[in-house]
Amino acid sequence: MSDLDRVVVLAGGLSAEREVSLRSGHRVRDALAEAGIDAVVADADAELLGRLRADPPSAVFPAIHGACGEDGAIREVLALTGTPYVGSVASACQMAFDKPVAKALVAAAGLATPPSVTLPRETFHDLGASAVIDLIIGRLGLPLYVKPSRGGSALGAGPVHAAAELPSALLSCFAYGDIALIERFIAGTEVAVGVIDLGAGPQALPAVEIVPGDSGYDYAARYTPGKTEFYVPARLAAPVADEVARIAMAAHSVLGLRDLSRTDLIVDDTGTAYFLEVNVSPGMTETSTLPMAMEASGHSFGATCVNLLKLAAARGA
Amino acid sequence: MPAEQQPASQRQRIDPYVGQYAQRAVGMVASEIRALFAVAARPEIVSLAGGSPYVSALPLDAVGEMIGQLIAGHGDTALQYCTAQGDTGLREKICDVMALEEIRAHPDEIVVTVGSQQALDLMARIFIDPGDVILVEAPSYVGALGAFASYQAQVVHVAMDDDGLIPEALEEAIRRTAAAGRKAKFLYTVPNFHNPAGVTLAAGRRPRILDICQRAGLLVVEDNPYGLLGFDADPIRALRADDDEGIVYLGTFSKTFAAGVRVGWAVAPTAIREKLILAAESAVLCHSSFAQLTVREYLITQPWLEQIKTFRELYRERRDATLNALDRMMPPGCQWTRPGGGFYVWLRLPDGVNSKAMLPRAIASRVAYVPGTGFYADGSGGQHARLCYSLPRPDRIDEGIRRLASVLETEIQLRDDFGPAADIH
Repeated sequence: MSDLDRVVVLAGGLSAEREVSLRSGHRVRDALAEAGIDAVVADADAELLGRLRADPPSAVFPAIHGACGEDGAIREVLALTGTPYVGSVASACQMAFDKPVAKALVAAAGLATPPSVTLPRETFHDLGASAVIDLIIGRLGLPLYVKPSRGGSALGAGPVHAAAELPSALLSCFAYGDIALIERFIAGTEVAVGVIDLGAGPQALPAVEIVPGDSGYDYAARYTPGKTEFYVPARLAAPVADEVARIAMAAHSVLGLRDLSRTDLIVDDTGTAYFLEVNVSPGMTETSTLPMAMEASGHSFGATCVNLLKLAAARGA
Repeated sequence: MPAEQQPASQRQRIDPYVGQYAQRAVGMVASEIRALFAVAARPEIVSLAGGSPYVSALPLDAVGEMIGQLIAGHGDTALQYCTAQGDTGLREKICDVMALEEIRAHPDEIVVTVGSQQALDLMARIFIDPGDVILVEAPSYVGALGAFASYQAQVVHVAMDDDGLIPEALEEAIRRTAAAGRKAKFLYTVPNFHNPAGVTLAAGRRPRILDICQRAGLLVVEDNPYGLLGFDADPIRALRADDDEGIVYLGTFSKTFAAGVRVGWAVAPTAIREKLILAAESAVLCHSSFAQLTVREYLITQPWLEQIKTFRELYRERRDATLNALDRMMPPGCQWTRPGGGFYVWLRLPDGVNSKAMLPRAIASRVAYVPGTGFYADGSGGQHARLCYSLPRPDRIDEGIRRLASVLETEIQLRDDFGPAADIH
């Protein structure tokens, strides 16, 4: 393992998840400080490359969410500069961040994921929104869940219970991106399963069960302390808990992810678990599930971040 | 880890006090809109959002030297407690400032506040019980709405047009409130270079508005942060100049000197003033002596009237850049106000286009504005957006409007494809 005398936590970025990212980054920095590692928080801005050149860090902890942070761009740049970093390589991020691509890859590996349709907004415009919407409902039925194909924090995402709600849901979705992923809505228990690899191979953390209020697990429910209840480990029957862990591990492997990831799933009333999406730069805020799962499994959040950084530094660029 | 090795499930208590908060805190939740504004702070974004003054136009070296001399000469006062009513010398100078708007007041009539925002909070604190009716313009200043909401007021909006508050609409609002067995506690108005609407109450309407309020026994809160920042004429005579018993006047140095010093003031009839002082005392004990003396010294030692002229010219140039760009680039169906001063243009979007729903796309296109929904207590106003031109340079304003026009073109197409947009939260 390498020394960590200069650590940079990347946080901020220009996506709509900037605020969440800053909170994640500051929490990672604070956790590192508690574990005895001084780190600085830096934004992905015009000063970053100069900073990396002038004072090359031992390793970087990317905590940027959304575009730039999770689409592989910033990691590609870190690789170009020869900077070691925690987390997945750019090519894996590109696949994982694109939800339809990730769904297709995990489905090809035999994992269950809700049936879905992926369409850009131009298709609705060119072919007529009403006719395309009829086709979607004819194929998937109702209810549905609409989300941008790229992005996170439930921004632009929401359920559709009646056909008349779908145009409005698509509009909300297209405010955040030009491609919509429209899934069949699966009612059930929402869980998030973290996977970390501290050098001995990927390991699934205990599933975290998410119990939001009446408005669902939307942006406010995610980032307002107390608005959502979390149970760790999730209140799942043992075989189901094993299954969600298996799916998270499989997604991590199929997509070629590294160091850490978080897979979001839904478990229906029959106990069937469905893969929804995977995050290569999971939230690290006070209300985020990955740090909860780390702590619940006996991995101190700060010490885990330190270990991930040491592995990255030892691995090199 | 295999499931059978997991410990018993535990509920994570992230906020152990949930369920104990006051009813007024229920709406205090994370919001997508605030998250988007976090992005607007980045320099890549042309921000037409926040109403920040261009403090870079101040003679910062001279102000710095002045502050150094203040501490060297009056440090024992500037760094000490003071009275809740505020520094006497500052209140004397405030009388000089208000004289520009023909207000004749004695320093004893003034209460210094932490910006005019604290005056709004204190007014709400001493007047509003939960459910009380407050009349405000439609739209109204978001900070005032927030202060009134925190005391659980029922806000009733009164229509405006290009000449400001409509007297007939005010009469109707008073009549309806009375018909419901209620009485409004006060009318809150920004008569000059309105935030967010950019309009000014016409001279011909002013006596009529005062007459309506006097006949109804309705107190007026006149909030006038932009009164000295008119572009085309001498300062407008304040409403308070014509009625010293029925009006509480709010002023601030945030726009004419520096927002960061957080110094404002209220001029109120005796009984109200005494309550404001007591309320201020319970809120903050006293205000920052350092900030008050900084403003006092600025008014005594610096050419503050010349500085206001500098600000006016600067903001006039930016207003012109904004209107010019809007004239050239906005798609059909848009309308906007043409402010004679202040910071804001109020933009009306084409039918079916929602400024709140459009904001993520605008931020992604690197331009920011404030959706109109923030300026209505009931969250309506989605067809409007506030554009603030005080901070960006004229060339950046032009670029920002260009980006906004492009976003609007897409939004109009989306409206045509999917129908009107709903709000995001």
